[in-house]
Amino acid sequence: MKSMKKSLLTTAMMTAIAASGANAAGLSDDKVKIGVLADMGGVYADICGKGCVEAVKMAVEDFGGTVLGKPIEVVSADDQNKPDVGSAKAREWVESQQVDAVTGLVSSAVTGAVTKVLTDAKKIALISTSASHAFTTKACSPYNAHWTYNVVALANGTVKPMVQAGKKKWFFITADYAFGHALEKVASGVIANNGGEVVGKVRAPLGTTDFSSYVLQAQSSGADVVALANAGSDFVNSLKTAAEFGLTEMVDVAGLLVFTPNAKALDPTIAGGMKLTTGFYWDYDEETRKWSQRFMERTGGAIPAMGQAGAYSATMHYLNAVKAVGTDESDAVMKQMKATQPNDFFARNATLRADGRMVHDMYQVRIKNADERKGENDIFALEKVIKGEEAFGAMLAQCNFK
Amino acid sequence: MQLNKSMIALVVLGLLAPLALYPVFLMKVLCFALFACAFNLLLGFVGLLSFGHAVFLGTGGYITGYLMSTTGLTPEISILAGTLCAAALGAVYGKLAVKREGIYFAMVTLALAQLMFFVYLQAPFTGGEDGLQGVPRGELFGFIDLSDNMNMYYFVFAIFLFGFWLVNRTIHSPFGQILKAIRENEPRAISLGYNVNDYKWAAFVISAALAGMAGSTKTLVFQLASLNDVHWHMSGEVVLMTLLGGMGTIFGPIVGAASVVGIQNYLSGGELGNYIHIIMGLIFVVCVLAFRNGIVGEFHKLLKKNF
Amino acid sequence: MATFLGINLFGLFGQLLVGLINGSFYALLSLGLAIIFGLLKIINFAQGAMYMLGAFAAWLALQYLGINYWAALIVVPLAVGAIGILMERYLLRPIANEDHLYSLLLTFGVALILQGLFTHMFGSSGMPYNIPEELKGGSRLPFMYLPNYRAWIIIASLVVCVSTWYMIEKTKLGAYLRAGTENPQLMQAFGINVPLIVTLTFGFGVGLAGFAGVMAAPVYSVSPEMGSNMLIVVFAIVVIGGMGSIGGAILTGLGMGVVEGLTKYFYPEASTTIIFLVMVIVLLTKPAGLFGKEA
Repeated sequence: MKSMKKSLLTTAMMTAIAASGANAAGLSDDKVKIGVLADMGGVYADICGKGCVEAVKMAVEDFGGTVLGKPIEVVSADDQNKPDVGSAKAREWVESQQVDAVTGLVSSAVTGAVTKVLTDAKKIALISTSASHAFTTKACSPYNAHWTYNVVALANGTVKPMVQAGKKKWFFITADYAFGHALEKVASGVIANNGGEVVGKVRAPLGTTDFSSYVLQAQSSGADVVALANAGSDFVNSLKTAAEFGLTEMVDVAGLLVFTPNAKALDPTIAGGMKLTTGFYWDYDEETRKWSQRFMERTGGAIPAMGQAGAYSATMHYLNAVKAVGTDESDAVMKQMKATQPNDFFARNATLRADGRMVHDMYQVRIKNADERKGENDIFALEKVIKGEEAFGAMLAQCNFK
Repeated sequence: MQLNKSMIALVVLGLLAPLALYPVFLMKVLCFALFACAFNLLLGFVGLLSFGHAVFLGTGGYITGYLMSTTGLTPEISILAGTLCAAALGAVYGKLAVKREGIYFAMVTLALAQLMFFVYLQAPFTGGEDGLQGVPRGELFGFIDLSDNMNMYYFVFAIFLFGFWLVNRTIHSPFGQILKAIRENEPRAISLGYNVNDYKWAAFVISAALAGMAGSTKTLVFQLASLNDVHWHMSGEVVLMTLLGGMGTIFGPIVGAASVVGIQNYLSGGELGNYIHIIMGLIFVVCVLAFRNGIVGEFHKLLKKNF
Repeated sequence: MATFLGINLFGLFGQLLVGLINGSFYALLSLGLAIIFGLLKIINFAQGAMYMLGAFAAWLALQYLGINYWAALIVVPLAVGAIGILMERYLLRPIANEDHLYSLLLTFGVALILQGLFTHMFGSSGMPYNIPEELKGGSRLPFMYLPNYRAWIIIASLVVCVSTWYMIEKTKLGAYLRAGTENPQLMQAFGINVPLIVTLTFGFGVGLAGFAGVMAAPVYSVSPEMGSNMLIVVFAIVVIGGMGSIGGAILTGLGMGVVEGLTKYFYPEASTTIIFLVMVIVLLTKPAGLFGKEA
């Protein structure tokens, strides 16, 4: 095996360097290698997938293609939304292909399995698209950096203002798996803390085609707001059905996790007016538009989803840290990443907290109605910028990795 | 004679392989090869198409994973427990399923497997969609550290050889001859006085147990047990492996498993990732249209023709 | 509100009606599958993919050719049926004399290819397709709001199902069809082109899936995954009804819709599993299915 020989060679060289008493650790294998792990052909392919790979490549090119005089490599793989496939790939990367950091990371189930492998191997996870807040709370690790958003930010951004505005009674249509449960639990907590109550909930199996039964249950519950704690095609299907059965006219329907490709797939007469929280919107200002324009030219026209912009930002921050500390040794790099503030078109007023949570400005947006839209990509109108500390909540003491 | 030579070649190949290839990849191949061998025992040698065999793979995996995570049991005991649970489930399911034939057998096994899928999805100990994560590999017999990939590899290889030996032993025993008689001509087997359903049931239980053993081992290798292992897609995958390698042949399932895992591994990295479904589908179509005997079956035919 | 044993009766009626709507949809999909199996003994695992193809064809036709919903209802099933005919002629006919298992595996492969191809071309987020203007809105029943489009699903599905059943079971054409597939040599001797009948029947069965796809486009997300989610449920329905029994597939489709609807009300988590429980029970007590003939 070529790679094996190579690694033997580099190991020999490394030992030689170490023996010569060089203090700067340098790069472990003469290059920095970043792996992008995402669902490339399944239900979540549009929200990260190849777009994430492209975004990471953009970051590497913008950085200059080399760090400390050595090349930066990007590899990618399809996790098929399966934890076993994802963790096996991550294991192969760190054990036999000298990957230094893994980004992408979409389905929370996959991310959970992958971060365990990475932490064991002391490699960095730059989580760009996962929703669960577990990676910086109950499954926190000194090697996790969670970019973009999480369920806490979604609940604080979308649910809190609605409860405070007097929408007290809530009904949940929840996707019956880990992510849906987490979103429902966090959102229910926010509702209770602000004087609201949950009057009912129903857990729909993942991939349910017909939501009409659940919509009827929501209708007869007497709720002020029906929250959709699901994602992807589940979200699209449930909202379509809610509109068809007249639910959207009777009560507010809140989509708790909406990615731009999903919002785009919905007819404005159905989705128009819905408020939601996002970590990024391409049309926010000149900087985001400039980056998004470049992104769209490279990917064939699809506007960037928040996780794709997040993957760029996370990669950039990681490479800057490697450059600054002069090594790709994970502990040193992570320390540097937490000591400096990420700052680019995506990361506004941002810090990477000691628990690995990247706290930055979140945006409450409203889906535009048909008559407001100037083009097919003109989807959101900005309602309000939410300060990072407000959105992401406090850090847990046991996750304070200094 | 021929078989013995091939066996020796297989053992030598297995012992040397990790020097050249990434051991975790090889372990995955071995686990699936064992799974496919177990499946082939039913499909290839009794003529029963189970469309729910993943349930045994997953059961073994969950039980072993749970025991390793929560108790201090050693890996070999946990694998044994996983295998026994899969065998027990196989005994119940087999009892129900062997009464039916052909497509109805396939459908009963599918439906029964779906019921267990639901149980595993909802049961608290399985971790639902997340699966059982971070299962420790433990120490074999209490003193061999399996977190070392090489140690783990040779352990997995030993398990595989044991399973493979058991399948062969079964096929070549008098019991196996009767199974083949059932496959070839069931009414005649009945008229010879054999209680056909009992034989089918016994084969089903052995197959389920070995599938469970494969699942248990896989969980240790990847330190993870997930719903994916119980999903009907997995049941379809093992059909593909067996068909591609050559059903009813001894080495077919191994070749099939190695090919499918190899292709998946190759495709999952790099630009071809998007085509994984398309390519898998094409393999199905081409196999059915042109190579119904599978790789090993066609190879045998070639040998017979030319030598 | 009327209640009985603590159950909200109005809510329950609503669920029953919704179940019936889904059931009529299931009936439509299982009909095609039952025809293909009953008459041709082919287990078509690609039926779900054909349904997906129908929905995408409706979307493509609207997007690029300006063909509206009503025209798509006619054109798309014909187009999908034509694809089915090609598939039968070039893929299935060469293996017609092999074990049924092979047709299952082959069509499974075709389904994978189609799904992969559409994901590759159109992504996985789904495409928007609106309810036609004529069917927007709905009527308020005492116990629920019934959207017009859902009422239309019941009517259209039942009309198609019943007329198909009538054609196959009660007309002369149907008699040729059944005879031609049951005893091909004899019919061939009578001068009837049996291979043609087989091809057309397969095309018709697949065309029905295309029709169902168009019906589904306005209410479900038009996405590459939609077929594989549906397939296994529909397959179970055909097995429960008795493979090959066309009337059985229709009645079971309706019935399972209702059973599933009730499950969604009382124990939603199990709603995708209930159908398999029914299948196990039916197959163990009545091996040939509810309406199948004992072999």
